Amino acid sequence: MSGTIRFESVSVGDALPPLVKPPISRLQLALFAGTSGDHNPIHVDDEAAKVGGLPGVIAHGMLNMAFLGQLLTGWVPPNRLRAFSNRFAAMAYPGDVITLTGTVTAKKEEAGEKRVELEIFASNQKGDKLLVGAATVALD
Amino acid sequence: MLDTSFIGKEYPPFSVEVEKGHIRRFAHAIGDESAVWRDPQAAKGLGYQAIPAPPTFAFTLLMEANQSFLILDEMGIDKRKSMHAEQGFVYHAPILAGDTITGRQKILDMYEKKGGALQFIVTETRMTNQRNQPVCDLRTVIVIRNG
Repeated sequence: MSGTIRFESVSVGDALPPLVKPPISRLQLALFAGTSGDHNPIHVDDEAAKVGGLPGVIAHGMLNMAFLGQLLTGWVPPNRLRAFSNRFAAMAYPGDVITLTGTVTAKKEEAGEKRVELEIFASNQKGDKLLVGAATVALD
Repeated sequence: MLDTSFIGKEYPPFSVEVEKGHIRRFAHAIGDESAVWRDPQAAKGLGYQAIPAPPTFAFTLLMEANQSFLILDEMGIDKRKSMHAEQGFVYHAPILAGDTITGRQKILDMYEKKGGALQFIVTETRMTNQRNQPVCDLRTVIVIRNG
């Protein structure tokens, strides 16, 4: 959690410090199912996932998006976040190691604030992009 | 064919309380050990009156309020054929532990691709706090795979 990133010190093309998460575990999927309110069995029960045509349980898309949120709030305090969105491009499975990355794509003044636009990604250990997103943060 | 008469439909408002233990368990589940999600003093140090919610927590409030599948249920769509295609958040003010959040969901758009093999439903939920202050707008795109 850093409050020291300043608008003047950020340039288009700068990369955020990447965040590498520990491998997704089945315990994590169970905990996230409980706390996120998403009780779809395809995230915790292999048999239910197979009925749905999947090879086995898959991670919640919103778990990966929460990881992306952690990338952002690790870079700027949470109250600096103005907008955050992503497309769910591919699925993650237990054991996958998710890496979160971001790059500054624009600097602008908007709504009386100095704001920075970011492109952000969640990728697996093979380099497949699972989430493709964008965020806007306000800096001093 | 999608029944596009649902476009513009607004659902009745829902309310949900934000609990600090829920925020802590959410942060633990995603493996984010930052003190701001757990320690009121750390939150105060960042200028918050109480522990703030992480960036995607507003979606969990939707799930808690059983809002996510209203349109699928109403249209008789098999949820197993649906997938989350896109999610967006626009932030106006922090969501804090102790807040009571009121949300209003609206169907923004519905469209098809690939001759109906893929159907898309776009919803927006605007959330306000107990002071009627806008806190977060959520935009959700659900895709339904047919055949």
